[in-house]
Amino acid sequence: MLDFAILFPSVLNGLTTGAVYALVALGLTLIYGVLHIINFAHGAALMVALYMVYLLKTWLGLDPYLALPLVVPAMFALGYALQRGVIERASHGRDENILLVTLGLAIVLENLALLVFKSDTRTIETAYTLTTVPIGPAFIALPKLVAFVGALACAAALMWVVARTDLGRAIRAVAKEKQGARLVGIDVAHVYAMSFGIGLACLGAAACFLLPAYYVNPQVGGGFVLVAFTIVVLGGMGSFAGALVGGLLIGVVESLGGLMLGESLGQIGISAIFIAVLLLRPQGLFGART
Amino acid sequence: MRRDLLHIGAFALVLAVLASLIDSGVWLTFLMMSLYGALLALAWNILGGFGGQFSFGHALFFGCGAYTQAIAQVSFGVNPWLALALAVAVAAAVGAGVGALSFRYGLKGSYFALVTLAFAEVFRILAVSAGFTGGGVGLMVPLRESVANLQFGSRRGYVGLALGFVVVSLIVTAWLRHSRFGARLQAVRDNEDAARAIGVDPFRIKLGAIVLSAAFTGAAGAFYVQVFQYIDPSIAFGAHVSVEALVGAIVGGMGTLWGPVAGALALHTLAELTRNLFGQLPGINLVIYGVVLVAIVMFVPRGLAGIARGRRG
Repeated sequence: MLDFAILFPSVLNGLTTGAVYALVALGLTLIYGVLHIINFAHGAALMVALYMVYLLKTWLGLDPYLALPLVVPAMFALGYALQRGVIERASHGRDENILLVTLGLAIVLENLALLVFKSDTRTIETAYTLTTVPIGPAFIALPKLVAFVGALACAAALMWVVARTDLGRAIRAVAKEKQGARLVGIDVAHVYAMSFGIGLACLGAAACFLLPAYYVNPQVGGGFVLVAFTIVVLGGMGSFAGALVGGLLIGVVESLGGLMLGESLGQIGISAIFIAVLLLRPQGLFGART
Repeated sequence: MRRDLLHIGAFALVLAVLASLIDSGVWLTFLMMSLYGALLALAWNILGGFGGQFSFGHALFFGCGAYTQAIAQVSFGVNPWLALALAVAVAAAVGAGVGALSFRYGLKGSYFALVTLAFAEVFRILAVSAGFTGGGVGLMVPLRESVANLQFGSRRGYVGLALGFVVVSLIVTAWLRHSRFGARLQAVRDNEDAARAIGVDPFRIKLGAIVLSAAFTGAAGAFYVQVFQYIDPSIAFGAHVSVEALVGAIVGGMGTLWGPVAGALALHTLAELTRNLFGQLPGINLVIYGVVLVAIVMFVPRGLAGIARGRRG
């Protein structure tokens, strides 16, 4: 039953989903790497970005891909403001407090969405929603292919920013040694907020690539958050390469798991990997931290 | 210890008198749900407040208790009182399993929070997929009102039952404040390395705390099933219960005796007020819980109990 003709499209499908997962996870891992906090509001923020794309499309008729230059800066601003206005103030220098505040933010965002949009699942209709492209023996939906390429491009851009620009150098300095960075004149609070903003901006991009082939409802973030945590833990907290490889890997595992075990039980694969990695190798496959 | 027990006795007496005087169903339900919230918060407080291990997935233990209570009655015809003991035992066993795994590998802080969340999610998917849980449709417990059957004609009976659970968990919390085990648990919370250096085994101490915490959360799950006679995977293992347990304890004040009770009462009062103001809107309760959580962490990180203590000097 499981011959090449069935496996190949499934793996391909998994890779395209995985690229978007990787983009979501990159935002999470950047925030973790710099601020050393786990952003529990990550899934809820993705949900907010998806609703932005959805509303731009239904109100203004703006194509999701053209919405990129609007949604990405908007998410960046949201992230910057949340870090400066809420998370920084609430932390009192204790990691547990940040954990609780991001959890609180996630609860508020998700349930506000439930109040405003009800629990209906919404999709958008575009000219290319049903277009497919042949790749080898398989056909793949055009939006998924665009998402794959776009997500990888965003990941590359993010890595370039972190590796080559002054901001990137400041981010890496703060991530390594907060006190030292402050001593050489880096505004640590600003770098924190920039990192949080960039982390959410990744979600803005992910949302634009996702929505043409996906859906949005108030709970949509919950599914992504566990996947993104799994990827980040699998790849090693704070590791970009790990998040990228982990994302693609998880996408394929999910796709094959769904093929072999059925939709609902297939999801267990991800949680099982997550628990196993947390227990056996919490520093991740690529992480150097012990 | 004796003073704490005296306070608990007075608390039980006042509530018992209150419950026997109140005739309005609305107020009895309010009292019952507040006590149920207090039970969840007290249970979370054992592990989170005294042990410093923040679980984001206490629904795991709640759901195991609830499903044991329902399945034992529906599929095996077990008497509900006996099922209650089973439910507590199963939840405690699951707590021991999860605790042994996570503490053996030294998970703490955000990692522990994540792993509890993941376990709750795994159990939710299993409950949807498995046959004996009734799948996504859930399980109904048939209505047979009698005390022997743990189903009461009036809310008053359930208030009594919840009060019983709350009193037992208060006594356990008081014991944590004054016993050797409690002192060790707090030592592990404050500085695990230092605790180990003076001969405390952090693994065994934390394991004991998670088992106690899970047992009470399982009791809350069984209580839920007896009151509402229905359970499904998202009620049992969803985020709502985990959030309610944690927010109640944090709002009231972690690691205190009366904090979780005060926190649960405050939250239910708030929830009830908004219901009267805005009507029944989906999600409004959790929006409030989330806002309260952020506000408390921002402005009064030690919770209501911290305010009370600060005022006394």
